[in-house]
Amino acid sequence: MKRLAFCLLLFTLLLASCTPRPAEPQTISIMTHDSFAISEDIIKVFEAENDSKVSFIQSGDAGSMLNQAILTKDAPIADILFGVDNTFLSRALEADIFEAYDSSALTDIPDEFKLDPSNRALPVDYGDVCINYDKNYFAEKNLAIPQTFEDLAKPEYKGLLVVENPATSSPGLAFLLATRAHFGDGYLDYWKSLKANGTVVVDGWETAYYTNFSASSGKGAQTMVVSYASSPAAEVFFASEPLTDSPTASIVASGMCFRQIEFVGILKNSQNKVLAQKFVDFMLSRKFQEDMPLNMFVYPVNKNAKLPDVFVQFAQVAESPAVLSYSEIASNRDSWIEAWTAAMK
Amino acid sequence: MENNLLNHGDTETLRKKILRAFLSPWFYRVLLWLAPILFLLAFFFLPLSRILILAFNTSAFTKTNFQLILSTLSFTFYQAALSTILTFVLGIPSAILFSRFDFRGKSLLRALTAVPFMLPTVVVAASFNAILGTRGIFSSLFPLSPEFTTSKTFYFLLILLAHVFYNTTIVIRIVGNALSRLDPKLEAAARSLGADSFHVWKNITLLLLRPSLLAAALLVFMFDFTSFGVILLLGGSNFSTLEVEIYLRVLKLPNMPLAALLSVIQLVFTLIFSIHYTRTINQVTTQTAPRFSLARSPKTTRERAFVITNYLLLITFFLLPLISLPIRSLTRLEADRGQRGEVQYGFTTDYYQELFINRRGSLFYVPPIQAAANSLGYASITVLLSLSLGYPAAYALAKPTRLEKFLDPLIMLPLGSSAVMLGLGFIISFGRSLASPWFVPIAHTLVALPFVIRTLQPALASIPERLRQAASTLGASPFRVWQTVDFPILSRATLGAATFAFTVSLGEFGATLLLTRPEYPTIPIAIQRFLSQPGGLNFGQAMAMATLLMLLTTLAILIIEKLRLPNSGEF
Repeated sequence: MKRLAFCLLLFTLLLASCTPRPAEPQTISIMTHDSFAISEDIIKVFEAENDSKVSFIQSGDAGSMLNQAILTKDAPIADILFGVDNTFLSRALEADIFEAYDSSALTDIPDEFKLDPSNRALPVDYGDVCINYDKNYFAEKNLAIPQTFEDLAKPEYKGLLVVENPATSSPGLAFLLATRAHFGDGYLDYWKSLKANGTVVVDGWETAYYTNFSASSGKGAQTMVVSYASSPAAEVFFASEPLTDSPTASIVASGMCFRQIEFVGILKNSQNKVLAQKFVDFMLSRKFQEDMPLNMFVYPVNKNAKLPDVFVQFAQVAESPAVLSYSEIASNRDSWIEAWTAAMK
Repeated sequence: MENNLLNHGDTETLRKKILRAFLSPWFYRVLLWLAPILFLLAFFFLPLSRILILAFNTSAFTKTNFQLILSTLSFTFYQAALSTILTFVLGIPSAILFSRFDFRGKSLLRALTAVPFMLPTVVVAASFNAILGTRGIFSSLFPLSPEFTTSKTFYFLLILLAHVFYNTTIVIRIVGNALSRLDPKLEAAARSLGADSFHVWKNITLLLLRPSLLAAALLVFMFDFTSFGVILLLGGSNFSTLEVEIYLRVLKLPNMPLAALLSVIQLVFTLIFSIHYTRTINQVTTQTAPRFSLARSPKTTRERAFVITNYLLLITFFLLPLISLPIRSLTRLEADRGQRGEVQYGFTTDYYQELFINRRGSLFYVPPIQAAANSLGYASITVLLSLSLGYPAAYALAKPTRLEKFLDPLIMLPLGSSAVMLGLGFIISFGRSLASPWFVPIAHTLVALPFVIRTLQPALASIPERLRQAASTLGASPFRVWQTVDFPILSRATLGAATFAFTVSLGEFGATLLLTRPEYPTIPIAIQRFLSQPGGLNFGQAMAMATLLMLLTTLAILIIEKLRLPNSGEF
């Protein structure tokens, strides 16, 4: 009798565990780089609309993130990868980590951003890497703002430029690519002339901007720094005291800037394909796109997205950024960086 | 044979055998080592070997790679040797100062020299800049030419300075402790037998100090050898050590076979250093210890001059960079845009107030108090974890057998392995579960464990076995023995070890390279976040957070200093 009762109990327990409970909200996880930021309200909107939970995993800088995604390709640790830019795009596509998705939201995005014709990687935002300069210094010294790469090697700008090491920094690599696009094979000679003119090379953007640049809080010795065209807007937005004008501006002359486009993709073997597709649509929608600028200081790719005032006033967009195809970057980036490292030693 | 097992008499002997095995000292040792070894296997050796096996292949053996390895290795050795020598130049007089003399503010100054050891490199780089930068204190007193400040020599000097800044405390601790434990009777005896000061120094002091000098040199050398952040942040793009080269080959110019080869080379060297270190440090602890402090106030003019010079030197070298951060965090350094020209300095508490405001409604924004709470939470778990793993290991190490001699250097290995490689190993070994916040304290424990064991071991070794035996002959249960004999001696060492683990976790070495959950940022991560965007407010807030971290670290170290056993506190 006892045994029977026990069996019955077990059976009911089994049944109970089988009856559908109210569905737990699905969780979608997004792997991204450390610079990613977005408003809490925006994510809440998505979570409410889709009865789901969004979780983010930050895994170092863009290169480190991509490496981890490639290593874990067979058992992905996330459903979506955001933050691969055009300098890394080929590596991601060659490793075949993304699943193609023809989002309907792509109709609002200009073709110039759609680098992957098969839509495995979808553009989300862009930003121009340009030289920022200390407006104050140039006005005081009555010094002309350099308008070409060649200008930077002139004696009047001796020791005034700080750049990031392309081997360790993504804006540094972008700037190297801009010079490569302009000078072709002669880019190393140009860099040697920059070196002779006292150009300072540091490991990363933080050091360049906050330690070496004269117009930042670091009050360094260099009056020009490789940064982003949107940095002047950030200087106003994050000023200690309300500012009416930015202390910095960007040199956006033709060919002097390099455009970084960031992509999102659904990882192969994702367990939440439908929800992942919805999230990608959401990232390309106006709501998300209009929230990005003040969080990440990048430009939206959606042509209907409105820019915040501080962007309209102080951020600049390069009119004709340097052009290098992403496949050309992919096949040469390592050898360019190594040649550069050897030349600058 | 198997049938014989059923035989009654044989079962009896078998049972006895098993019983004896359980009671044998070997079984105890294995039991003690079980948890720490399993921990190291699961979170260090397995992930690391998995990634090394995955990445390694013979394609790394090329001529160009060989040349690269050779030049990197020679620079790594060169800078580490030079840094070690310079660290000793500052460290030895300071060790004498702290062990032989009493003066006002001694414990605070001693604590100050230990603070840099726990600070993240970003913060140290910022504080160096505040002193040596173009508008820094030093540069306004002694203007340096821009040619010099952008030259390779200047960057190299910065690296060396930073290494000295980080590691002087090791020399002060290891050599200083040995000095204060020297039996003064030996020197007095030599003197009364007619030896002059030089001979006393050479034949007695130096001879007795040799193991501790060697141990300090090895440890400093090991830290300089695996230097990463300092080389990358302060050296510009000019230099690369093995660790930097591994980072580049993993993340920036991907060449995994080469990275794996470099990692193996670095591990082999670390192992060699660890073996030498653990051998010498065990000689240090066997020296006779006087029961009273040798420190006294300076008497002669020469002694006074020595104390004052040293005091000032340490104040300038340690206090100036450290104090520059709180000053920066309270100073507005922005040119008034209305009247272009001079930079306006002014006092402000804005940066601290702003720490509590989420301007952009950003998802990952957590108030700094929350980041501090996260840091403290992780640090507490690290303390618990590293103490519970460190205690059994330290017990076993207190009376080393051949097993301990083999295992001892292995515990040190995590200190010298590339964080990038280990991070990748974690990812392929643990996958999705890595997103769990538990991995942060686990990674911290890997780094804290060697320090914790090194702090507990001498205290455990110092407990006389006679006391324990006496207690148990008098009928005390094993627990009672532990409670009345071991515990009083151990409580201070335990607190010291706990504080070590705590500060190591606060400063967070390299663990940021693993996956991070943005919802639970720590103080170093928050600093990094502020520093990654332009704007005066961001920089000010980063400095304010750094100040917060520094205060927490200094407090923790002051606690270690107060609780230090006179003959423990070894690394």
